[in-house]
Amino acid sequence: MTFDEIRSQARAEWETLEHSDKPHILVGTATCGRASGALAVLEAIKSELAKRNIEAIITQVGCIGLCYAEPLVDVVKPNRSRICYGNITPEIIPRLIEDYVINDNPCPDLALGTIGDDSIDGIPKLFELPMLKPQVRIVLRNCGIIDPENINHYIARGGYSGLVKALGMKPEEVIEEIKRSGLRGRGGAGFPTGLKWEFCRQSPGKVKYLICNADEGDPGAFMNRSLLEGDPHAVLEGMLIGAYAIGATEGYIYIRAEYPLAIERLELALRQVAEYGLAGDNILDSNFSFHITIKQGAGAFVCGEETALMASIEGKRGMPRSRPPFPAQSGLWGKPTNINNVGTWGHVSAILQRGSNWYASYGSEKSKGTKVFALAGKVNRTGLIEVPIGISLQEIIYGIGGGIPDGKRFKAVQTGGPSGGFLPASLLNLPVGYEELTEAGSIMGSGGMIVLDEDNCIVDTARFFLSFTQAESCGKCVPCRLGTKQMLDILEDITNGKGKLEDIDLLEDLAKDVVAGSLCALGGTAPNPVLTSIRYFRDEYEAHIRDKRCPALVCSELISYYILPDKCEGCGICLRDCPAEAISGGKRMIHIIDQGKCIKCGTCLDVCPTRFSAVVKVSGEKVTVPSKPIPVAATKKAGAPTNLGN
Amino acid sequence: MNEVLSRYSGKGDELVPILQEVQEQFGYLPAEVMQQTAKFLHISDSTVFGVATFYAQFKFTPTGKRIVKVCRGTACHVRGGARILNEVERQLGITPGETTDDLEYSLETIACFGSCALAPIVVIDKTVYGRMTTKKVGGVLH
Repeated sequence: MTFDEIRSQARAEWETLEHSDKPHILVGTATCGRASGALAVLEAIKSELAKRNIEAIITQVGCIGLCYAEPLVDVVKPNRSRICYGNITPEIIPRLIEDYVINDNPCPDLALGTIGDDSIDGIPKLFELPMLKPQVRIVLRNCGIIDPENINHYIARGGYSGLVKALGMKPEEVIEEIKRSGLRGRGGAGFPTGLKWEFCRQSPGKVKYLICNADEGDPGAFMNRSLLEGDPHAVLEGMLIGAYAIGATEGYIYIRAEYPLAIERLELALRQVAEYGLAGDNILDSNFSFHITIKQGAGAFVCGEETALMASIEGKRGMPRSRPPFPAQSGLWGKPTNINNVGTWGHVSAILQRGSNWYASYGSEKSKGTKVFALAGKVNRTGLIEVPIGISLQEIIYGIGGGIPDGKRFKAVQTGGPSGGFLPASLLNLPVGYEELTEAGSIMGSGGMIVLDEDNCIVDTARFFLSFTQAESCGKCVPCRLGTKQMLDILEDITNGKGKLEDIDLLEDLAKDVVAGSLCALGGTAPNPVLTSIRYFRDEYEAHIRDKRCPALVCSELISYYILPDKCEGCGICLRDCPAEAISGGKRMIHIIDQGKCIKCGTCLDVCPTRFSAVVKVSGEKVTVPSKPIPVAATKKAGAPTNLGN
Repeated sequence: MNEVLSRYSGKGDELVPILQEVQEQFGYLPAEVMQQTAKFLHISDSTVFGVATFYAQFKFTPTGKRIVKVCRGTACHVRGGARILNEVERQLGITPGETTDDLEYSLETIACFGSCALAPIVVIDKTVYGRMTTKKVGGVLH
């Protein structure tokens, strides 16, 4: 079949679906949907439809990014806009089917919004919502919209027309087109993509390799997983275009084994492109051939680094090596190799489909286009977002994310994962861009964005990141292997209340050496969380060291739990649930926590009935309590003060 | 084991995929199997052992029937993942990397499961449990 025939067939299938006279129900069943129960919802839909003998089309779609409202179910009725429903449980399904699928009540109380031209009373337009309005969906153009397991859906919405366009151009022209678009590497470092391709193209050698880096190792990042689960062909098309431009005939997708669904969908997508002649030998009769193999990672963060990744593909220990030679000169098996991140490939297919001018109309002066972020942590609307580069942190966290839950105070936003830094409230107006974030001490990174509130301890979170990078250091070079260990020891001392004031300067000194001396980016960026936390939150370090106090009440060695004598009703719940048997008391006797036995698990605070709220957590202060359990009435009558001994 | 090897041609880059498939079947990497793999790929035992121990995925002792993984990613950490881990440790009586004496449960931590928006996360075998609390731990374990 020619591409035109494939495309008209795909469009016809899409049209039939769009204009079907049966109701169409779409369930978001990406990993995040499944984690909140989407598969149970899907089963409930199927059995309810069967029970009521209703014919409907059911499609499983990827993640539209509204993770906070998972599981998501969309319903399309003939000639009506698609309605997106959030927080759906199997119990809601019978009502939804009765009210909207059978009758004509669209249940506005369950709906998040509509997708389509037709407006429905009482339901806002989905893409007009504050969560979605500031977003520009280029990479995520199909996520949550199409069936990721159906290549025809992708093609019907313009898919693979970018490849066809590229095949009609000279490889050098494709590289020029990417250069004109201003696209920079979305793995985090931000190297201009077109330039990177050009180096590889110009490298001598007949055999060249192309790699898609899907080893999304940053804790707190799920952009690549969502794209591969929701629209795998967008990535494959990008790879095919890149391979044509560079002159590569073999390609690898290096993906972490922790993403089984993404792997499954990629394998299926690869079978589909082979069947359509869009990959393999002599693609669309162009004499261009390209074969893609999936390689699963085996759990090593350092393999996200390009030279380590290539060693891992070769079947070796995934350790980085010094550069030069750069992969463009000597990469996989010593051949010129080009590596780009999943997200970058998603941009490439869009750029070829719609043109570099269109793409470059988004973004800022220095960085064009959009960036996908995984917004998580202490923010109301967590999810997967795609924003034009240059948008402010404020717009992301408060506009799209809806601010901090439970009226808490914003403390910091962490970008770039273990390689990035903490940015304080004073930098909320900072435009999100490669240069801007680097100047502030963080990095753009692959796209993790974690919001911290007043209940998160900066020192503890910096220690958390360093414990991760220290454990993941491959051990090849000394500055990273030993430097991160020494820094971690110092941070543990500080969070355990054993820090010294000179430790802060020592940490900064060590950090500079680790940055300067490490072989690869893992060590080169590992100190960033520590450096930014000292730069912006030095007072928190000082509180831990000088006052032996954790202001956020997190560091367990520095906090204590007490039962307030004038509030305790002697109900016995905390005594029963305390795993350390550290609580003494009896019925209607004021309970007391033995501070020597307390393991600071917080169970007593969790289980104390809110109407009593008798358990408090304090740091750097003492609460006066009776020396042994006394009857409840005694303190009530005496009107004993709360004794929060400040 | 021979059946696994029959699907491979004996090239060096097949080492990790072979070990992954072996572990899928046996639940861990028995020493004899690693030796057999070395012979098959014409590489030394120490090379196989070196590669296997480099990657966190590979295990060298039998694991329990159910694998409980607690996510220790950033989003889980800031939403109380450490307390979830403590509670799982307390209820199972083992620490990460260990297996209960009755070979029912193995406990592991993972760096990030990538379902950060639903943090904190616990994964038992292939089922993902989002928005965990210490109170929900008992329910998902048993």
